[in-house]
Amino acid sequence: YAWDANEEYLFKAMVAFAMRRYSSKSTTQISNVLLCNVTDRVSFWFVVTDSSKNVTTVPGSVVEAAIRMNRNRINSAFLLSDKTLQFLKITSTLSPPVEPSTPVWLIVFGVVLCLIVAGIVFLIVSGIQKHKKKNKESTEGENLEEKVEVTVTLENGLPCEVLDLKAGHINGVFAADDERFTSL
Amino acid sequence: SATPEIPKEDDRPKWDNKFQYILSCIGFAVGLGNVWRFPYLCQIHGGGAFLIPYFIALLFEGIPLLHLELALGQCLRKGSIGAWNTISPYLGGVGVGSWVVSILVSLYYNTVLTWVMWYFINSFQEPLPWSVCPLNENRTGFNKECYESTAVNYFWYRKTLNITPDIAESGTLQWWLILCLATCWAIVYLCTIRGIETTGKAIYVTAVFPYLVLTIFLIQGLTLPGATDGLVYLFTPNLNTLKNPRVWLDAATQIFFSLSLAFGGLIAFSSYNPQKNDCEKDAVTVAIVNSITSLYASIPVFSVLGFKATTSYWDCLDRNIISVINEFDLPEESIVRQNYTSWISFLNSSHPEKIAGLKLKSCDLQEFLDQSVSGTGLAFIVFTQAIILMPGSQAWAILFFIMLFSLGLSSMFGNIEGVFTPLLELQIVSKSTPKELLSGIICLISFLIALCFTLGSGSYWIDIFDRYAGSVPLLVIAFFEVIGVVYVYKIKRFSKDVKWMTGRKLNLYWQITWRFISPLLLLIVFMAFVTLQMLKPPSYAAWNPKYESFPMKEEKVYPPWVQAICVLLAALPCVCVPLVALFHLIKQKHRSKDTSLVSPEVFYCQGANS
Repeated sequence: YAWDANEEYLFKAMVAFAMRRYSSKSTTQISNVLLCNVTDRVSFWFVVTDSSKNVTTVPGSVVEAAIRMNRNRINSAFLLSDKTLQFLKITSTLSPPVEPSTPVWLIVFGVVLCLIVAGIVFLIVSGIQKHKKKNKESTEGENLEEKVEVTVTLENGLPCEVLDLKAGHINGVFAADDERFTSL
Repeated sequence: SATPEIPKEDDRPKWDNKFQYILSCIGFAVGLGNVWRFPYLCQIHGGGAFLIPYFIALLFEGIPLLHLELALGQCLRKGSIGAWNTISPYLGGVGVGSWVVSILVSLYYNTVLTWVMWYFINSFQEPLPWSVCPLNENRTGFNKECYESTAVNYFWYRKTLNITPDIAESGTLQWWLILCLATCWAIVYLCTIRGIETTGKAIYVTAVFPYLVLTIFLIQGLTLPGATDGLVYLFTPNLNTLKNPRVWLDAATQIFFSLSLAFGGLIAFSSYNPQKNDCEKDAVTVAIVNSITSLYASIPVFSVLGFKATTSYWDCLDRNIISVINEFDLPEESIVRQNYTSWISFLNSSHPEKIAGLKLKSCDLQEFLDQSVSGTGLAFIVFTQAIILMPGSQAWAILFFIMLFSLGLSSMFGNIEGVFTPLLELQIVSKSTPKELLSGIICLISFLIALCFTLGSGSYWIDIFDRYAGSVPLLVIAFFEVIGVVYVYKIKRFSKDVKWMTGRKLNLYWQITWRFISPLLLLIVFMAFVTLQMLKPPSYAAWNPKYESFPMKEEKVYPPWVQAICVLLAALPCVCVPLVALFHLIKQKHRSKDTSLVSPEVFYCQGANS
C-alpha cells in the first residue's frame, strides 16, 4: 500500500492510543502527535506533545516505553512486523522459540531405539531356536557320515566323483591337471 | 604321486546370491567420502580436469589392487589374517596390520555416524533447530557465540559436539552423544549379528537407498536457483592445475581410500564366495560403480552449493541495498539487485564520502562459490544451511541424513567383517559359542572405547584418527600386499589360481600393473604423502569463542603427547608386518633349519581350503 496522508493519520492515532494505554489518562489527542521530515523512504521523526503542560514534548523514554508496550498492536495495524517497521532506539524483546515439554528428538530417539532392540531380540531368539534344531539334526547326521567313511576306504583310498552327497561338490583336483599323475 | 586332499565340505557361510556379494562390495567402497570428499577435490583441483588424474589412478592403481584382494580372498577362502598366514607365515603381519586398521577405523567411523544420527533425530522439529539462534539470558538479543558465528555453526559446535577450545581440554562426556552412539552400535550389532547372513539382507536397503535419495536430490537440486552456476563452476575444466603434483597425489589417494583397499574387509567378503567365480569382472564392476557414484553424487552436491552461494550473494546484495536506501532515504524498491551496480556507481560519483562511511561489503558470486568445504563441514554446516533455505526443509533434512547414515553403515559392515572374520578363524573361541555372542562382544567393547570420542575434544581426536590411522598404514599394507602376492607367492602361481577361478588367462594389463606399475605407484604415493605430512607441523583448527578473530578457527599445534599418539596410530599397524615376520624367523630358527619363505609347491588355490 502506498504511504499517504491517511496512513499518517493512522500512525498518529496508534501513537496516541499507545500513550493513552501506557499512562492511562485519556488526554492525548491525535493532534498531539507531530510528524516531521517525512521522506520517500518512508521514514520520519515524530514527537508527542503534552497539551496539559504548556505544549512541551513528552520525554522520549516515556514514548519509547509506551510504544514498546503496544508494539504488536502498532505492527498489526500496518500489517508489518518488527523487521519491517523499525523504531530507531527501540530494540524489541525477541520471543523465544517454542520449546515443547519433552524435546522432540528424545521422542524420535525412543522410537528408533525400541525398533532396534526389538530387532535384536527377535534375531537372538531365532538364532537360539535354530541352534537347538541344528543340535538335534547333527546327532542324526553323524550316523550317516560313518557310513560314508566306510565306503571311501573300500575304494582303495581313492574317492569317487560319484559320492555327491550333500551338495554337488566337484572335485576339481581330479577334473584338472592330469600331468600330476603318471600316465598308465 | 601325491594324493591330493579331498576338499572337505566346509560349513563356511555363503552369500545368498552373487548380487548380494557385489552389493556388499559396492556398499563398502561407496561411503561418506564419495559424497563429501570427491566433489571437494573436483572443485579445488580444476573441475573437470581432475577427472583425468582420477581415471588414470583408477586404471593403474584402483582396479588392479581391487582385483588382487578379491582374487586372494576368493582363492584362499579365509579372512585377512588367515589368508596371509596361508601365503607365508612371514607375511602374516600384513593380515594382522589390516585387522588392526579395521578396528581403529571402525571405532571412529561409527562416531561420525553418531553425529549423523543426532542430526537425523533433530530433523523432526519445526523449525529446524539449526536455523535459529537461541536467545541470551535477558532475552534482548541472541546468544553471543551464536550471533557472532551462525546458527548452523552454533548448533554443530555447541549443541552437538560441545567442543572444547583445545585438544588438551577433554571436557565432559556429552550424554546425548552417548545415547546416539549406543544406538548406532546397536544398529551395527543388529545388522552384523550373524556375519554375512544378516549383513547380506541389510545391504539390500543400505546400499540401494542412497542412490534413490541422490536421485531425488538431483532432481530437486537442479530446480533450485543458482544450481547451474554451481555446476558450471564445478565442471569447468582448468587444465593448468594438472601441472601441480599435488593434484595427482590427491587423485591417487582418493581412489585408494575410496575403494576401501587394504582393510581386509574385501578379502573377507570374497572369501565367502564359491571359488569358481569371475573375480576379475567383479573387481572392474565394483571399481567403476564406485567412481560413477562419486560423479553422480557431485551433481546434486554442487547444485545445492551453487544454490547456497547464490542465496548468500543475494543476501549480501540485499543488506547493502537496505543500508544505502536507509542512508539516502530513497523510496522502497528503488534499488533492486539488477540495478544495484549502476546505482552504486552513480552514488559513488555524487556522494563518495557517504558511500565510504557505510562500509559496504563487496558482494562477489565467485567468492561465495570459491568457499569450498569438505568432510563434516560440508554435511553439517554448509548443507544444513542450504536445507533451511529449501521449501519443506524437514523432509529434505530427514532424507539427507538417512542417506548419509546408509552410506556410512554399509561401509561399517565391511569394516566389521574385516574384524569379525579373522577372529572367527583364529579360533579364539570354541566352535560352540554362537556368532551372536562374538559380534555382541566386539560391538560392546568398541562402544566402550568409542566413548572417548563423545568427550568435548572428541572431534579433534576423530580428525587425528582419520589423518593418521586411516591413511598411511593402508598405503603400507597395500604395498606389502602387492609385493607379497607378486614376488613372495610368485605371480606365476597366482596367475594359475586366477585362471582356475575365472576360466581365463590373466591378460597383459594385470601382469604389468601387478608386477610393476601398482607397487611403484604405491611407493611414490606413500613417499609423497609422508613428505607432505612432515613438511607442515601437525596442527589443527580449534573452535575457540574467546579467540580474537572468532568465528575464524584458531590454528593450534598439537602438544607433544598428542603427536606421540599420532605417530603410534600410524606406526602400530605398519609395525605388525616386520614384527610378525621376525617372530616367525625366531620360531623357525629354534625349530628347524628350514627357513623357506613359502610352504612347498603342492599348494594350489583349489587345495587351500582344508
